[in-house]
Amino acid sequence: MGFFDRVKESLSKAGFDRLKEGLTKTRQGFVDKVETIFTGRKIDEVALEEFEETLIVSDIGTTAATGIMIRLREKARIGDVTDVNSVKALLKNEMTDILGESQPILVHGTKPFVILAIGVNGVGKTTTIGKLASRFRSQGKSVLLAAGDTFRAAGIEQLEIWAKRADTQFVQHQKDSDPAAVAFDAVKAAQSRGIDVVIIDTAGRLHTKSNLMEELKKVKRSIEKAMPGAPQEVLLVVDATTGQNALSQAKLFNEAVGVTGIALTKLDGTAKGGIVVAIRKSLGIPVRLIGVGEGIDDLRDFDPREFVEALFS
Amino acid sequence: MFETLTDKLDTIFKKLKGKGLLKEEDVEFALKEIRLALLEADVNFKVVKDFVEKIRVKAIGKDVLESLTPGQQVIKIVNEELCELLGKTNSRIQLSPNPPTTIMLIGLQGSGKTTTAAKLARLFKKEGRRPMLVAADLQRPAAIDQLVMLGAQIDVPVFHSKEATSPVTLCADSVQKARLDARDIVILDTAGRLHIDESLMSELQQIKRNVLPKEIVFVADAMTGQDAVNIARNFNEQIGIDGIILTKMDGDARGGAALSIISVTNKPIKFIGTGEKIEMLEPFYPDRIASRILGMGDVLGLIEQAQNTFDQKEAEKLKKAIMDESFTFDDLRDQLRKMRSMGPLENLVKMIPGMNKMKDITIDEKEFAKVEAIINSMTKKERKNYSLINGSRRRRIAIGSGTTVPDVNRVLKQYVEIKRMLKMFKGKKGFKLPKVFPF
Repeated sequence: MGFFDRVKESLSKAGFDRLKEGLTKTRQGFVDKVETIFTGRKIDEVALEEFEETLIVSDIGTTAATGIMIRLREKARIGDVTDVNSVKALLKNEMTDILGESQPILVHGTKPFVILAIGVNGVGKTTTIGKLASRFRSQGKSVLLAAGDTFRAAGIEQLEIWAKRADTQFVQHQKDSDPAAVAFDAVKAAQSRGIDVVIIDTAGRLHTKSNLMEELKKVKRSIEKAMPGAPQEVLLVVDATTGQNALSQAKLFNEAVGVTGIALTKLDGTAKGGIVVAIRKSLGIPVRLIGVGEGIDDLRDFDPREFVEALFS
Repeated sequence: MFETLTDKLDTIFKKLKGKGLLKEEDVEFALKEIRLALLEADVNFKVVKDFVEKIRVKAIGKDVLESLTPGQQVIKIVNEELCELLGKTNSRIQLSPNPPTTIMLIGLQGSGKTTTAAKLARLFKKEGRRPMLVAADLQRPAAIDQLVMLGAQIDVPVFHSKEATSPVTLCADSVQKARLDARDIVILDTAGRLHIDESLMSELQQIKRNVLPKEIVFVADAMTGQDAVNIARNFNEQIGIDGIILTKMDGDARGGAALSIISVTNKPIKFIGTGEKIEMLEPFYPDRIASRILGMGDVLGLIEQAQNTFDQKEAEKLKKAIMDESFTFDDLRDQLRKMRSMGPLENLVKMIPGMNKMKDITIDEKEFAKVEAIINSMTKKERKNYSLINGSRRRRIAIGSGTTVPDVNRVLKQYVEIKRMLKMFKGKKGFKLPKVFPF
């Protein structure tokens, strides 16, 4: 059954009547009224719509929102949930279940641990790399940054500044050179110097540009060539401000190079970044890090509970 | 650009188009799908709600129910509302009567301000103006280098200072410098900032007070989700924006942010960024984008043209001819002339929904001229009764029309085919004229 059909069915007159019937029933009893006073607002059509708005405004997407709303209406009908607070608790549980346990980046195995950072233009790849490098340095690890954004004007310079700030080693080629060669050299250099962590920057690219995605595949291949098993982490950087397109980004980047984790940036604004719930649900890719500011320390491990709490705040 | 939303609405309207008269529940069903499609396209929840309400009020009204083609009517209403939301006219950057014209670019981090600044400068330079870029982003590492490199690429001077600490002073100085150097356009590339960052927002206010920019342009990412309304509203309320440039339109984002931003700011989108290369900046045409959202080419134009050309009286006459099975070569010639008078057929075909997706449609206009010439070379009797046309008459018609006998044979065959089709349609209920015709 197609998506629209399902929605149609759920919104059909019969569905509404069933719901209304259920709601009337729950409204009837005196006990319920007392309960309302003690537990807060009752679930009615207005409250349900407010929930739908909360869900959609968080960018989790209509598919997820509609699915949740269908289950919610069913629960309201059979009387499983009666007041706003219990619905909130239910939704929070559901989201937390989807997001799973916290899965931070753990540096392990043979040195170096190679991280390839990818994403569309302007999501904050270079900044995230800078912050991540600084965090590894503060843990006493040696870090090498590779300037794989050879396309954008001053892309190399921007990373170099971060390398200095975070006190890491730095590998660069000239502007417009082959990013795959930069990546290869960086991994080789890290191997010979005994570096713990290599983070490879790449130029921002729209996931729909097949030539640029081919270039990215080549970067990954050259890393594998330099060190079998690497990159151990392919980190997709996603801007929390992005809407439904982030799902398309995750899908296509995943198809091209296999994404192992997501860094969700710009969560210090008013955007909720709910699309990561949809990404986790459809592709199973965990969120590892969140960016909450421009400062070098404004990078945190992703905590699903905290995140879900913020979705409904 | 807007393809995905286009596809969605395409499916919806296909259903609508198949119906003769729209019932209220059809409109309701269509509205539900429009709502979902718009939400999936990242149009803000509240904006969608208002939009759908407007359509509902207009669609479930007498106009639609009494109209001959309710499906088209609903499409028209949706299209009109979209156009209205997206802005009626294409608004260019306003130039100051006392140069230099100062343009200030503001927006979130990563929205594409620096690239857009260079693209704008290139555009003005191409128009014969003397633009100057100002590297006022002192926050992001290497932002100055980036603008300097881009400036060099398009041969436009970049006012910058690596020692500067205050973007307010730098911007004020840049305007002085522009006057001295007789630069008539100054483009300020400010640092990206969050709309809720009070100190950085007040910095923008200070720049505005000191520089008094002619245009404050809000640069927004086309991939922005639901939060687009908050971001745009904040920038507009705190700084005041004159226009919008939507970037990264070359991806597969559905671009609903465009609707959201416009509806909360009421400001026009002036340009769209369609690629990383420096020449990829295009003017924004609301009507084009709205048609594009609806995925229907210029259907309304087609409807209007068709209405003008086929007036009701003639349609009745033709209908009668079909019912009487007296459809003659004269009638065929009339119809051919009408179709051709609607404009170049290639354009017409492109206006037909779905056809705009087909590439390289070529229609040989000469074919139609040939058919007409052949009909013209027939006698009145022959036109009324095609069975008269024997071998020698065919030769005469071919010579008279400058064609060949096989050409004449083909036209005869096509005419018989059309007649046969018409006969079939005659028996059908709710049969409508225009659909009888080859396209």
